Amino acid sequence: MTKRQGAPTYTTSELLAVMASRLMKDGQVVFAGIGVPLLAATLAQRTFAPQLTILFEGGTIGPFIVPGELPPSTNEQRCTRRANMVLPITDVLLLLQRGYVDVGFMGGAQIDRFGNLNSSFIGDPSHPKIRLPGTGGGNDISSLTHMIVAMKHEKRRFVSKVDFITSPGWIRGFQSRQDSGLTHGGMWRVVTDLAVIGFDEERREMKVLALHEGVRREQVIDNTDFDILFGADLEVTRRPDHFELEVLRELDPQRLYTA
Amino acid sequence: VNSAGSARDGIFRACLQAVTAAKEKISTMSSSVKPYADLRRETAARDRGLREKVMRLEQAVGLISDGDHVAIGGCTMSRTPIALVWALIRAAKQNLTISRSITSTEGDLLFVAGVSRHIITSWFTQGIVWGVSKVMRHFTENRLAQFEEWSHMSMGLRYRAGAMGIPFMPSRSMIGSDVAVQVGDQLKTMRCPYTSEEVALVPALNPDVALIHVQRCDAFGNAQLDGLQFMDIDLAMAAKRVILTTERIISNDQIRRRPDHTRIPFFTVDAVVEVPFGAAPHECYGLYEPFYPHLDQYAEWTGTDPIAGAKRYLAEFYYEPSDWAQYLTKLGMAEILAASNRGRSVYND
Repeated sequence: MTKRQGAPTYTTSELLAVMASRLMKDGQVVFAGIGVPLLAATLAQRTFAPQLTILFEGGTIGPFIVPGELPPSTNEQRCTRRANMVLPITDVLLLLQRGYVDVGFMGGAQIDRFGNLNSSFIGDPSHPKIRLPGTGGGNDISSLTHMIVAMKHEKRRFVSKVDFITSPGWIRGFQSRQDSGLTHGGMWRVVTDLAVIGFDEERREMKVLALHEGVRREQVIDNTDFDILFGADLEVTRRPDHFELEVLRELDPQRLYTA
Repeated sequence: VNSAGSARDGIFRACLQAVTAAKEKISTMSSSVKPYADLRRETAARDRGLREKVMRLEQAVGLISDGDHVAIGGCTMSRTPIALVWALIRAAKQNLTISRSITSTEGDLLFVAGVSRHIITSWFTQGIVWGVSKVMRHFTENRLAQFEEWSHMSMGLRYRAGAMGIPFMPSRSMIGSDVAVQVGDQLKTMRCPYTSEEVALVPALNPDVALIHVQRCDAFGNAQLDGLQFMDIDLAMAAKRVILTTERIISNDQIRRRPDHTRIPFFTVDAVVEVPFGAAPHECYGLYEPFYPHLDQYAEWTGTDPIAGAKRYLAEFYYEPSDWAQYLTKLGMAEILAASNRGRSVYND
């Protein structure tokens, strides 16, 4: 047995997974990507949200992840273990449009102050410096439901304006998302290794809601490439506890996604 | 009376001219959507009899012409019809437009082998665990080939509209993003005539050929799929021709015992090829998982020098083997056994 003494140590990915898991609510239907999102949703299931249901883009409703057999994408057979249903890709994505999904949850390469995500092009799209893999279901999920994104807090990732809006957040802030025809959903929380970030109700710009223990305001400012807002009553998050870390390490013993 | 009549004639002529002009304008509009009359004529011309269609891989890819739009079934590393991709590349097909829900290593190889310069898909890289494909990057960043990006649901709705015989499907996705900007006027929006909301209209895809790998089917093409179905059923219904590879051919009696398991009806199918391990090194649900060490090796070869690495891979695994059995021999018995062992584990409980 692991001795539960002293403050536990953890990796950045473990911190992201724990902080993100605490944002879930029991009974929710969660559209999860692979990696930290899946680990976080599964951790929530195993700690406080037994009625939480995971959906995978490959076409799975309600799988239970077998420890040590994490799927390499949302489209392999490992995604279907002990699931309630498998269905075609188009139909599982249409559940978003129909309104059955509470939260979409994924990682991100580049995000801007309005919560728009870029996973398509670094640089000018017509002459890109880097061609990234693209949207997959990211655009659909972020167009149709509320989003949680987990990513490392770095200046090159937190930019004023993304080079390309792959997955729309609040577009250009204020009413612009609604005006562009996206009537539901929107970026809700961004979880980083420094903070938990929400969005100002009116301006729809990033606003820090809580800092992780030991993190200073300046660290967030220094690692963000735009003027980030801070909430009036800034909170401090509770450190990942022994039990949360044990569950994560049992799920990912090879440290595929938590190294 | 006469003057009123001639005024009516004048109005009538003006209307006729306006309609003709509008028709001409429509006919010159760029559209990837196949006219409905063509779709019906092509389907009517197909032999839909209950007949045997079993053939060899080489014969099956003979049904594909240079310049065709070929849709690939499965998703990422799952039920990819690798044997057909292998045969396409060996047959040196040219100028194919490829479409797929999500594209993995097969997309790299189709670019490098010169079979395609245009892939329509929602996501394109080997897989998350291996990072961004350097082969895809080389071709797209140097503008040697096009990766036309649509959202995943849009890809699905495009095939579904094709399967339904309608020109487009309304959708609430993609609008407001640069993904929509990037595809230009291929994606139109309209104000819904019922609710006045703005909706996107994704255009139907009716591929010339769909390539689909299944666990089993009969000689007529009645196909049963286990596990995840991806977009394969819509693909089969949308395409002008369908080529099935199957892990094994079963009897029509076996099909008729469980018709509720049949997902693709025989009359959409033009060719049936029995190819054991026909998706290797990708996975086939319940039978084998991806061949991870092999895929690590592929990532390593293409990671240092993407083009030389992919060419070396093509030479060793695509061009050198004299047949599919030799290809599997090159993949290696140890990998086949390990992948099969993991594949069957989906039924452990």
